[in-house]
Amino acid sequence: MSLTSRHLLGLQGVPRDDIIKILDSAVSFKEVLDRPIKKVPTLQGKTIVNLFFESSTRTRISFELAQRRLSADIVNFAASTSSLSKGETFKDTARNIEAMKIDMVVVRHQSAGAPHFLSRIVEANVINAGDGRHEHPTQALLDIFTLREKFGMLEGKHVCIVGDILHSRVALSNIYGLLAMGARVSVCGPATMIPRGIEKLGIEVYYNIDDVLPQVDALNVLRIQLERQEGGLFPSLREYHQYFGITRERLEKADRPVTILHPGPINRDVELSADVADSEHSVILQQVLNGVAIRMAVLYLLSQVK
Amino acid sequence: MKSILLKDARIIDPSQGLDTKADLQIENGFITGISAGLQAQKNSEQYDLQGSVVAPGFIDMHVHLREPGYEHKATIATELHAAAAGGFVGVACMPNTNPAIDDTSIVRYIKERSLKVLDGLVDVYPIAAVTKNREGKQITEMAELSGAGVVAFSDDGSPVENAQIMRIALEYSKMFNKPIIQHAEEKTLTHGGVMNEGFISTILGLPGIPSIAEALMIQRDIMLTVYCGGRYHVAHLSTKIGLDLIREAKRNGLPVTCEVTPHHFTLQEEEVKSFDTNTKMHPPLRTQEDVDAMKEGLKDGTIDVIATDHAPHSYDEKEVEYLYAPFGIVGLETAIGLSISELVKPGILTLPQMIEKFTVNPRRILDLPHVMIKEGEKACLTIFNPDEEWTVDINQFKSKSKNTPFHGHKLSGKPVGIVNNNAIFIK
Repeated sequence: MSLTSRHLLGLQGVPRDDIIKILDSAVSFKEVLDRPIKKVPTLQGKTIVNLFFESSTRTRISFELAQRRLSADIVNFAASTSSLSKGETFKDTARNIEAMKIDMVVVRHQSAGAPHFLSRIVEANVINAGDGRHEHPTQALLDIFTLREKFGMLEGKHVCIVGDILHSRVALSNIYGLLAMGARVSVCGPATMIPRGIEKLGIEVYYNIDDVLPQVDALNVLRIQLERQEGGLFPSLREYHQYFGITRERLEKADRPVTILHPGPINRDVELSADVADSEHSVILQQVLNGVAIRMAVLYLLSQVK
Repeated sequence: MKSILLKDARIIDPSQGLDTKADLQIENGFITGISAGLQAQKNSEQYDLQGSVVAPGFIDMHVHLREPGYEHKATIATELHAAAAGGFVGVACMPNTNPAIDDTSIVRYIKERSLKVLDGLVDVYPIAAVTKNREGKQITEMAELSGAGVVAFSDDGSPVENAQIMRIALEYSKMFNKPIIQHAEEKTLTHGGVMNEGFISTILGLPGIPSIAEALMIQRDIMLTVYCGGRYHVAHLSTKIGLDLIREAKRNGLPVTCEVTPHHFTLQEEEVKSFDTNTKMHPPLRTQEDVDAMKEGLKDGTIDVIATDHAPHSYDEKEVEYLYAPFGIVGLETAIGLSISELVKPGILTLPQMIEKFTVNPRRILDLPHVMIKEGEKACLTIFNPDEEWTVDINQFKSKSKNTPFHGHKLSGKPVGIVNNNAIFIK
């Protein structure tokens, strides 16, 4: 009952069996979250540092809560209050923190590959909480967990990831994880936001949401980052909403119910209309709860790897 | 009076079609004898080369010495030792120093400093900036700089972006026949990029630098050269589409030349998957198709020169997150080994063809004195053993910085030493 790697740097190359172990383990931890006393002693005596070089609210809180539920000791490090403003390098920061005897590091960073770099310079287990536009493995795992709860199994289910695929770390991790679980995966977004060659991963690419909607079981709707408009990748939020916004009207054209996921935070009435976000097909709040369970599972399983 | 006898050499001088085994006698910096069985004179230093190749002295026409301004990365002294160890008798140094090489006082400073290193063994040929402070706004005092001994003009590190400035530079340089060396990059397409754009950048989540950014700038510059003359040289070519443009321009008889670095004919973008910052350079490592095209371009003569783009960065500067690491790697001490391993051993170039790209062609482009291995000529020689197998070890580097992706690589062909300016360096 142990994973094949002592770090979780991404879902690329992670074996299906490892993903299933994490999902199954998360089922047990989710039960803990329903108890009156939501705490187990699993990681008692372990120390975990949350190294956040980029602002994050929900991912940080979710990790923190997972760690507390497992009885770990935690240290939070945020770049804005850190020694980085004094010119300390990433490597020095990491090594200094590790010198205080840390068992695990959760890292969020603007640069792709930063968790990989970290795993070479520290002894602790490293968990990627989002690196640049590369990967965000725990987000994908919680998305997959949520879909598995909904559908029972993922084989043959069609999940379309909608929005800014180019700048998304959620998209790549989801693609790897969903493909490993046997799902059919597509992406849909403005052509300027579809990275080159992504179809080579074995997925379909759509530029028209209405073409793909009738075929899908679930939509994973990505947050549109407002600064991308300033970069000129799309002309206006208005046009984005018109062509890619997920609205009830659009969903009604599909002949079957479409499950809606969103990694949050939502720009209401931009990528997702309010009535869809709050509808019975939305599993957005389940995702948030499942995120804690998944992170508990990941922390626990990595701590077991020798 | 200094006397040197090099025994058992294989002398290759492509400019004379020479490839012969002989001994070589040097007196006072001049070649005084080439024949078998030469006897050492009483006071002469004797070296048994055991069949190593002796060639006209190699030039690396694309080197960053970092001095003045960035002495924590490298100094003129450390990098000229690296040049000697790498088999180069001369280097042309790029002007992205601080201050930039944009006036004659900096040119004099660099030349003076270089004369104090290894008794002036390695020649330094400064390249001046095209524009003042490399800002791309106004051309430097190119005529005076030319008179002070600069061999070319370049804003390397950055392109000359503005077409009108490039036009002016090409036109103005015609008065003293110096090449404009372009770092070919259409910057509006490359903003924030750190590696070649394509499938690999997509799966690594790293911002891309598309190959067309290089080709578009080359295309523009070729049109400018057609229109207003001047001599145009493309630095560190990396793409097949850029190469095709240069091939076509050469076919049309234009004064266009180019160089390639050893890393661009050796490595491809998959190397970046390691997130090792020594795979980050500008231009980036490209696709296997591009690597193959570089070899083809060397073979068919489209690529004139092998130059290293030797770019020292300190350990700490490179030991950071991929996005934030500076671009570039050192190259002086691995150039001969990589060229022999990747080009000569697989039969892409013959040894004489490789030697041309290290000496005859860069000297022609930079209008440096032609060097021949002949009695009565100045002894300006690069000595290397084309068959020696060795493993690259950064701890053996003379360069102040050790930033290379080739540490641990096994290479064939190793520099042995150089002779230049009445001095000898043997490893």
